[in-house]
Amino acid sequence: MRYLPKSPDDREAMLKAIGARSVDDLFASIPAEYRLRRDLKIPRQMAESEIVDFFRQRSRENGDGYTSFLGAGAYFHYRPVIIDSLISRGEFLTAYTPYQAEISQGTLQSIFEFQTMICELTGMEVANASMYDGSTAAAEAVMMAVRLTGRRSVMVARTLHPEYREVLATYATHQGMPLSIANYAQDGRLNLQELEKSITPETACVLVQSPNFFGIVEDIDAIAQIAHQNGAMLVVSIAEAVSLGIVEPPRQADVIAMEAQSFGVPLGFGGPYCGVIATREKNVRQMPGRLVGQTTDKQGNRGFVLTLATREQHIRREKATSNICTNQALVALMVNIFMTIYGRVGLKELAKQNLAKTAYAATQFARHGKVLFGGAPRFNEFVVETSEDPYAINSRLLGHKMIGGLPLKKFYPELGNSSLWCCTELTTRSAIDTAVGLVAESERSVRSAKEEVEEVTR
Amino acid sequence: MPYPSDRKYTREHEWIQVNGNSAAVGITDYAQQSLGDIVFVETPKVGAELTAGKTFGTVESVKAVSDLFSPASGTVTEVNSELATAPEKVNSDAHGSWMVRITLKNPSELDALLSAADYEKYVAEEAGH
Amino acid sequence: MKPKIRKATRHVNQNEGLIFEKSSPGKAAWKLPPLDVPQVDTAKLLGKAERKDLGNMPEVSEIEIIRHFTRLSTWNYAIDLGMYPLGSCTMKYNPRVNEAVARVEGIANGHPYQPEKISQGALQIMKTLSECLIEITGMDAITLQPAAGAHGEMTGLLMVRAYHQSKGNPRKKVLIPDSAHGTNPATAAMVNYAVENLKSDARGMVDLASLKQQMNEDVAALMLTNPNTLGVFEQQIHEIADILHAKGGLLYMDGANMNALVGKVRPGDFGVDVMHLNLHKTFSTPHGGGGPGSGPVAVKKGLEPFLPAPVVVAKPDGTLGFEYNRPHSVGRVRSFYGNFGMFVRALAYIQANGPDGLRETTEDAVLNANYIRKGLEGTYDLPYSTPSMHEVVFSDKLQARKGVRTMDIAKRLIDYGFHPYTTAFPLIVPGALMIEPTESESKEEMDLFIEAMKSIAEEVEEDPQTVLDAPHSTRVSRLDETAAARKPVLRWKPAN
Repeated sequence: MRYLPKSPDDREAMLKAIGARSVDDLFASIPAEYRLRRDLKIPRQMAESEIVDFFRQRSRENGDGYTSFLGAGAYFHYRPVIIDSLISRGEFLTAYTPYQAEISQGTLQSIFEFQTMICELTGMEVANASMYDGSTAAAEAVMMAVRLTGRRSVMVARTLHPEYREVLATYATHQGMPLSIANYAQDGRLNLQELEKSITPETACVLVQSPNFFGIVEDIDAIAQIAHQNGAMLVVSIAEAVSLGIVEPPRQADVIAMEAQSFGVPLGFGGPYCGVIATREKNVRQMPGRLVGQTTDKQGNRGFVLTLATREQHIRREKATSNICTNQALVALMVNIFMTIYGRVGLKELAKQNLAKTAYAATQFARHGKVLFGGAPRFNEFVVETSEDPYAINSRLLGHKMIGGLPLKKFYPELGNSSLWCCTELTTRSAIDTAVGLVAESERSVRSAKEEVEEVTR
Repeated sequence: MPYPSDRKYTREHEWIQVNGNSAAVGITDYAQQSLGDIVFVETPKVGAELTAGKTFGTVESVKAVSDLFSPASGTVTEVNSELATAPEKVNSDAHGSWMVRITLKNPSELDALLSAADYEKYVAEEAGH
Repeated sequence: MKPKIRKATRHVNQNEGLIFEKSSPGKAAWKLPPLDVPQVDTAKLLGKAERKDLGNMPEVSEIEIIRHFTRLSTWNYAIDLGMYPLGSCTMKYNPRVNEAVARVEGIANGHPYQPEKISQGALQIMKTLSECLIEITGMDAITLQPAAGAHGEMTGLLMVRAYHQSKGNPRKKVLIPDSAHGTNPATAAMVNYAVENLKSDARGMVDLASLKQQMNEDVAALMLTNPNTLGVFEQQIHEIADILHAKGGLLYMDGANMNALVGKVRPGDFGVDVMHLNLHKTFSTPHGGGGPGSGPVAVKKGLEPFLPAPVVVAKPDGTLGFEYNRPHSVGRVRSFYGNFGMFVRALAYIQANGPDGLRETTEDAVLNANYIRKGLEGTYDLPYSTPSMHEVVFSDKLQARKGVRTMDIAKRLIDYGFHPYTTAFPLIVPGALMIEPTESESKEEMDLFIEAMKSIAEEVEEDPQTVLDAPHSTRVSRLDETAAARKPVLRWKPAN
């Protein structure tokens, strides 16, 4: 086996040194009746060239070469080349969690920079080293608010990513945290009247996403006011990190739970991504996940260490803030490099391009069909309502190597034939025009078919 | 380290010093020594009800957390806010660093606690293990 | 004495400040293409939601970024540099073909919501990996959704709870041996089970008498790591399973140490009902400085209805798809389908090995641990003489007489060119030195390690202060963790 660095002679010599006759002697403590006496029924050992072929083939069966208008929590942005050059360095790729600070300063300093930039972008005072993803970060942020307020019930905006809601429901089930859902209003934003009516003195926090699942920027000021007046915390989930380049961050939030995938992390069929939690300094001891802090060594040199570890499972065990151990360090490094590349000016320009492409696309779609929730500001997603079933439209688009918007009826049955479209800086005008043309064509044919039917029945 | 005889001690290494109906609570020098450098003291809020023998907070060193057990039942009237920014005070002066003051609910609970001499003996035995 | 440091030599490395300290207005490492749609008036579109300023975000050029992160990288130790004997962490070689295939266009850029019809490649990868892992563990069904080991534990215990609930009583507590990893009790708490400690016997294994005594109808499961954190195989595993099953309890296996078993014995064959795997340990996906991980959970038939949704299924037309309609499912534990990129890497690893390679890997991992044990026995105290599997746990008892503790020895090992072993764990061994070499180490590397450890032991006798002050050759010496925790500085701020 080519990964194993031993010759038969080495093995022989080692067995002799140990005093064992054969390698099976070393497994003698496993009761004989359980030992596997056959080969595992898995694919035979393959050459590297065969492995590469296998995955190239899978790649061809996996949407390679399609133009996509999908967003909904996973965004296709350009990934500068140097991200992969740098994260492929073995010293980053093949290092463990930086417990031994003296020989982990590279990882530790980069996490410290990551925490700093997340704070700058979110307007919060502290950020952790990462969580699994945006959905689990949101669930953990809510549990944090529950610990901080001593209250148990949670109000969740229905415009939070539906899968995030599902994950939260799973986490909450056995924590005795009743969840209630607040619906959206006409403009696609959280219904503030409903929020005001249903918030109670037992509400630990209000959880909203902004830009929300429909791509609409929520009225954070108003929501924060309602939450805080009722003694509840405001937890804001951010699924599209690029929005932070041009959309004011939810500074009034008590906790922010973010998905940073947009910052240089490949779509990768849904993972690995990079969740983050950010909050106010006073809440830090209830924050889950790893934290890097600055300190000095014996000679007074600046250095970095994992800190406030007493919050974590390896010390507090069943009383820990969370069971999280391994997080998403390498993905956080991608995010860190991406943020460094774009920086103060680039992120804004990048976000502006997303905004412009989306504004253009929404305008074009509106000429031929209905774009919902027009009244409120949106970032890079919008909802299109069609006469025809969006699954049928998407089928047709696939024939043109295009992936249309996400049909919403699965998550929001009341929205019928609506779908969620996304444009990023990578979406070209010609792709938008083609997609709009194809949707318009199907709208026309449905309309004329309908007219024919009406003609006949008249 | 002599243990002041003006107060009582628990087997969980807290001390309690009574002054009329009010009492101050802290941890012993032995406790601070075995914890090492203390980095954080978590105390209850004013108004909290403490129950004798139950936890009321934690002290943390870099790599350990210890629960604080209340020597007596009562209501918290004051919290030593100095420890929030200077937890190292507990290391340098454990017997002078009270954590909370409480009004005692049932002063007779104190009868079950150790005297300074008994505590010193108890600690000597525990350290011997 | 002159220490025998043969593996490492000091060499110059570059100093580097924080990226913010290199930033100045007007530098840039990015370039966007010209906008092909009309410019927009952001103030008009966003109103009061428009952001005006991005604060202290850096402005630097591309070469500075390359140098910055390259310099930082040289301050790290890594498997690529040498042996990384962290016990329970399985720091094995991370094959590069894994990285290459994970970056093939259609795999790296697949959108989780793209139609199933054009997701057959990804679905096939998930299905093939699932089948391999089911065969390797001897279980019946699997979910790949959990994002890490601890996340897998939570998912597994949620299924345990759902299983008991379906029988009418979710039960109250989970038994956890005193040798267990900290995530086990933390997980039980998240699923609202009380934790009851189970003590180990003199051999470092589950104490059967205590188990019998503590087992009753309130116990939902026993969470057992096997081999346990002492690197010892629980020889009475079937009796353990029988005791649990007799009272309706389930046996949960923490698969952190699966690298000792693959191809030699299957948990499903010795009574395990539910277990998680760590793809970033056993199946070679990179640790990346602390993640991403992946923690699939495999179960026996009886627990299958409770798997998180969705699951991959073959549809009547022969294509693959996701099934969401799972009425008994514990729900979703993560968005989308889990850390798919790790599935790709793990499958590439399994393919590179095949059945023979995986078995040889396990054998070499166990051979290596025993070789180190033999080499250091006598020099370091071995608190449990029970046979070792893939890792060996010594204690610092002999060195403690000179005031040198496991962490000091670990720090001195850095000067010898090695990453330290795991310290302070398992809790049942005071002053533990927990060493897991994995199969990736050659005899030469291990001979150097044994020599280094022996040399340190000599230093402890002759010059303990050198060990106490270690490391001596790193960029920074021991860092003040107390100050870091007392007055946390968790982000950079501009000086003014």
